Parts: sequence; structure tokens; C-alpha cells
Amino acid sequence: MPTEQEKPLISTTNLTCIREERLLFDQLELAIFSGDIVQIEGPNGSGKTSLLRILAGLSQPYEGNVLYRGQLIDNCKEEFHQNLIYLGHLPGVKGAMSAQENLRFNLALHGINNSDSETKSILSQVNLTGFEDSLASHLSAGQHRRISLARLYKSTARIWILDEPFTAIDKQGVHALEQLFKAHIAKGGCIILTTHQDLLSIKLEQVKKITLDYIVENTLENIDEKEG
Amino acid sequence: MNKPIKKINLSYRAVFSLVLKRDLMIAMRHKDDIINPLLFFVIVITLFPLGIGPEAQTLSRIAPGIIWVAALLSTLLSLDRLFKSDHDDGSLEQMLLSPQPVFILVLAKIIAHWLITGLPLILMAPLLAVLLHLNEQSYGALILTLLLGTPVLSLLGAIGVALTVGIKKGGVLLSLLVLPLYIPVLIFATSAIDTAALGLPYNGQLAIIAALFFGSLTLAPFAVGAALKISTN
Repeated sequence: MPTEQEKPLISTTNLTCIREERLLFDQLELAIFSGDIVQIEGPNGSGKTSLLRILAGLSQPYEGNVLYRGQLIDNCKEEFHQNLIYLGHLPGVKGAMSAQENLRFNLALHGINNSDSETKSILSQVNLTGFEDSLASHLSAGQHRRISLARLYKSTARIWILDEPFTAIDKQGVHALEQLFKAHIAKGGCIILTTHQDLLSIKLEQVKKITLDYIVENTLENIDEKEG
Repeated sequence: MNKPIKKINLSYRAVFSLVLKRDLMIAMRHKDDIINPLLFFVIVITLFPLGIGPEAQTLSRIAPGIIWVAALLSTLLSLDRLFKSDHDDGSLEQMLLSPQPVFILVLAKIIAHWLITGLPLILMAPLLAVLLHLNEQSYGALILTLLLGTPVLSLLGAIGVALTVGIKKGGVLLSLLVLPLYIPVLIFATSAIDTAALGLPYNGQLAIIAALFFGSLTLAPFAVGAALKISTN
């Protein structure tokens, strides 16, 4: 009998995604367990972001289902969202609020209580000491990304879905993030991410790679012709 | 770092006030969001005496219509800011993915929008009514219809914004979607003010506007939530 530990945290059945009459992936079956780091690879436009958005429940797949611990994510939305952090292309940082206010709001929305000193110490971990009270609109793109990544340091969520988390982050920042990733999977979480860089400090055998290389030129018409 | 992270289940009220405070704070820092629709309201109303002439009788006859149409247009002008900036910087996605009910998040944003744009308009309306020689007996009706009616404008408008937020140039489409929905409020509000000018009771019209208010208050956030899900898809 499979125990709670062996059930995949997130899995998909028969997942098919079509964007702009273009088949991005077809009959995709994934099972991601706790302790997994999954790196999704593929050329630009191969559907990496679409896959992540579908896994997070933001987009609907053309066909197929996403399951959280064996349940459809629509049926256990609240529990799934409590265990999920999705950081997309857009950092979700408000220009009119300071770095600290942004972080506090993001944490509070996920029910994580935080005090001034705590948020300050988290911001210092992502190298934003001295910028706590600066309005985010005065900060750079990399600093925006750091504000949104700061949430990871205090997350109770087990599933992290990160779309290009290293964009605009400097080398030291990437190293610190990789340490954070290691700690997270050691605690029994899982990470699904896309990146064009190699994960340097994480051993290769720990990273599962999924390559989306479904022939990009395969338009629907071609497939219909082949099948019909 | 190793301290256990305290996780609490937020009550609906806590979530509501969290989002409300955030939106009000952002509005306070972008004061043009508050001032521009209000100035638009004032300017549109002052244009009418200039164009039609200063005869008190004509103006007082058309004053309710002018004030209400100006209120509709200035609300429409300000609707865009309700979800647009949140959609553009990704914070809308984050809110939809939070474990909080979308209904509460959306309701808080709409109430914040009304506090920022509807409330100043109500405070300004009596002054502009003087300019238009509104019948003295109608002031109470004007304020009451605005108090009940402008939240309806924000609530119904939010549905339109949620549907068009993903579209690059959704402005015109938004007016086409939303303005027809405003017609009932306009009809009953102006009718209430006219009736009050004759010294007759206007409870009936007010009751209908109140029904529109409670109907949209309870149903619009669901529609907005569903529309946002489509827009972010």
C-alpha cells in the first residue's frame, strides 16, 4: 500500500496543451515526488511557461488533468494553494510600495505572520539591506526579482514552481538560491523550475530533466493530416 | 532561520482589510488616481452651463441628468485602474494563487475603488448642484441616490474590467460593455431626484436602486472572480 510519502505531490495525466494552433506537448505524464528538483528544458516557445502555468492551475490544459496528491487541483484548491508558491515571469511587486511592504503583503496573503524585524532579516538574506524602505519603483529589475524570491525564505509551501528564477540575478544570488533549493528539498519539498542555466551547486543526478522538444513546427493541420 | 514558521488561517475580515489597506495605500501614493476622475467630473458639469446658457430654469430641469451622466463617465474613466496595474505587474496572479477566497479579495478591491473614486464624487456633488440650480428639495435625493448608486457603478464596472484586463486596448470595449449596464441606475436615480423636486415621495426609486446595490454586492464579486480567471488564462 502506498504511504503518504510515496504519493506524488503533483502529477499530471494525459496533459495536452495547444497554443495558437500549435501543439506544445501531448499526453504528458508527470509525477513529481517530495525531494524532487525538476528542471524543464526546451527552446524558446516550446511551452515551458505554459506547462508551469497549467501545473499551478492558472491556465487550463486543452486536455488532461493536474493532480495534487492524487486529487484534482480544482477539488482541493485551498489546500493546493496553501502548499504552492508560483513565481512567474512577472515579479508581482508593486512599484508604489516599499520592498518591505511588498514582502509583508505577500507573506500575509499566504497567512504567514511577520514582524518588521523578521522581514528585515529576510530582505538582508536576499541582499536588499538598506533598500527596505525604498519604493520598489526606484529599484532595478533584479531587485524586484529578489523581493519576490524573498518569499521563499519563509514559505511553508511544499511545491515551488519557479519560472526562470535566475533572470536578472547576479552570480552570488544564484548561489544563495541554489543553497535555498537544497534546503527545501531536504525538508521534503519539491521544485519545478525552468532555467537556461545549469544548476551549479546541485548534483546533476538530483535534478530530473524534462525536455519539451515536441516538434515546434507540428501545427494542428499537420497532425490532422498524419492521423486522418 | 530555523524558527518554525507560524502559519495562521486568516479570517475573511483580516483578508478583506489587508487588501483594502494595500489598495488605499497605493492610491494615496498615486494621488492622480483620486484627483483625475474628480476633476473630470467637475469639468464636465461646468461645461453644461457654458454651452446651454445660464437660465436657471433650464439648468435645474436637466441638473439631475447632468450630474448622474457625469458620475457614470468619471467612474468609467477610473475603472481601468481597478485591475490593470495588478495584472501588468503580476500581483493579480499572485492574489488568485493565494489560499484566500477570490470573492473577498475582489470585494475588497472594489470597495477600495469606491472609496477612492465614488466617495469624493458624492462629497463634491452638492457644490456642483448649486452651480446647476438644482431644486432645493432634491438635495437629499441626490445624495441618497449617489450613496446607493455609485457602489453599483463600481461593482458592475469591475465585471467589465475583469473581462477586458488581458486585452491591450480594452478601453473602448470596456465602455461598450459597461455603459448599457449602468442604464437602470441612471433611470431610477434621475427619476428619484425629479420626483423629489415635485415634493413627492421617492422611496420606490430608492428601493429599486438599493435592490440593485445589494444584488450586485452579492453577485458581482463571483462574476469578477470568474472573469479574472478567464483573463489570466
